[in-house]
Amino acid sequence: MQADRPLTLASRSPASPLSIRGLRKRYGDTEVVAGIDLELRRGECFTLLGPNGAGKTTTLRCALGLTAPSAGEIRLAGLPVPARAREARMRVGIVPQQDSLDPDFTCAENLIVYGRYFGLDEAAIRARIPELLAFAGLEGKRDARIQALSGGMKRRLTLARALVNRPDLLILDEPTTGLDPQARHLIWERLKHLIRAGTTILLTTHFMDEAERLADRLAILDTGRMLTEGSPRDVIAAQIEPQVVEVYGDWNGGGGAGGAEAWAARHAAAFARRFEVSGETAFCYVEDAAPLLAHLSAQTGLRYLHRPANLEDVFLKLTGRELRD
Amino acid sequence: MPTSASSWRAPQLSRRFIPVWRRNFLVWRKLALPSVLGNLADPVIYLFGLGFGIGMLVPEVGGVRYISFLAAGMVCYSTMNAASFEVLYSGFSRMHVQKTWEAIMNAPIDLDDVVFAELVWAASKALLSGAAILLVISAFGFVDTRYVLWLLPLIFLVGLAFAALGLVMTALAPSYDFFMYYFTLFITPMTLVSGVFFPIEQLPPALRAAATLLPLTHAIELARPLLLGRLPENVALHLGVIAGYGAAAFWLALALTRRRLLK
Repeated sequence: MQADRPLTLASRSPASPLSIRGLRKRYGDTEVVAGIDLELRRGECFTLLGPNGAGKTTTLRCALGLTAPSAGEIRLAGLPVPARAREARMRVGIVPQQDSLDPDFTCAENLIVYGRYFGLDEAAIRARIPELLAFAGLEGKRDARIQALSGGMKRRLTLARALVNRPDLLILDEPTTGLDPQARHLIWERLKHLIRAGTTILLTTHFMDEAERLADRLAILDTGRMLTEGSPRDVIAAQIEPQVVEVYGDWNGGGGAGGAEAWAARHAAAFARRFEVSGETAFCYVEDAAPLLAHLSAQTGLRYLHRPANLEDVFLKLTGRELRD
Repeated sequence: MPTSASSWRAPQLSRRFIPVWRRNFLVWRKLALPSVLGNLADPVIYLFGLGFGIGMLVPEVGGVRYISFLAAGMVCYSTMNAASFEVLYSGFSRMHVQKTWEAIMNAPIDLDDVVFAELVWAASKALLSGAAILLVISAFGFVDTRYVLWLLPLIFLVGLAFAALGLVMTALAPSYDFFMYYFTLFITPMTLVSGVFFPIEQLPPALRAAATLLPLTHAIELARPLLLGRLPENVALHLGVIAGYGAAAFWLALALTRRRLLK
């Protein structure tokens, strides 16, 4: 891709692209956002990671001035929000959670119409269409109707649409939810391209691999609070033991037929400072896996998987294993 | 978003509604022919069906042919319908189903401008189909064309008023089914008592008094004389009532929409 520079405007003003202090948002008796502080650095990709209902989308809506916070101070592109949110949005590109492309328009028309919302000169938008479509990998789809596009193509067009105003800050709300692996990889590749070009990105997701791949820094959110914050590696190092051994299968060592649960009840505590049983698997979190692995290899029936701890382990430790509906 | 948090603050309007209006116009342009024919078919069928059918039984109303009497009613009726359908069904699609408004509000355009664009667009669309009807009734010689061009601004104003009323419903609607109540409980009864099909002088006094409170009655009080080649009476009163409905309904619709979307 030759057109690195023109897609976004990297590092123009010295102010943080987004700073949030003490943000709270209450609906009736429920506090959906309960005190969030956030300061984006220029050129970084910051990821808000959290289960459904953690307050990610509400935080973004407050940041964009689409809803008034109950308390807190927000500055977007250096401007106070919500007071001057509209002006601030001139400098921001947004990829919303749900596709909101105009189904009646072609790809090119979607970009033109969206550019007009920013008051951009029509000839200038038209001149940029080939570049934007190329960035989205939609060169041949200029005059294609939106209905004719796959889910991945629609997301990429939405991403291209968010770049129409050459934003300082790109905000993406769950950009790959609902996409197949090929389509997700293509989106990640495009986002990495933007990150390399110096675009500041704020991204929400509930996919760990997405956060691990893209984030310079991340925060794990639950019930409206930030539980931890830092680079993916630092968060893992700070929050959890480095090694994980997952134990599953049948266990014949307890004087009868049992599963990993029976094994864990008897032995896990001897080898792992912390362990959890979920379904038919015991998760053992350890500093040094060797003694546990030696023990397991002597058992019959049990199977196990030894791996380094990852973000998902941290996430489940902090937010629990119960379902969020 | 303005700093005041109240949903009832005054509308903050700007020229930023124009690109939103143009977005709707571009969609319409792609489907212009079926759209105009669709908006034209209903009133023209009524006009010919009732105009000739009832016209056989009632040769004259107030000294003019029944079909000429009915023509003004049909222009106002179709203006009302075109504006209402646009803000109800199409507006609801854009607000709720397609998330078009959400996309626009992610750009530097506020909700007030979006709702105002819907209002002006619906009136514009009513004007486009109203002009087509005027052309038909003028071509067939059903009306006196002396003041026919005055109908254009009137249609636009009536379109604004009914678009504003419809936007109140759109702001409240949980789904498309909700709009049925608006038509059955408000639009249809109003059509029957506002002088579309027969002079309101025919109504019992109580109903007639009620009819004079309705915006469609005032639209017809202006449109009918104009299409019969006469200048209407009490012009300021009628215009005031129509504009009053429009302004009050727009303010209410905007407050309700802010509550719905900016929470």
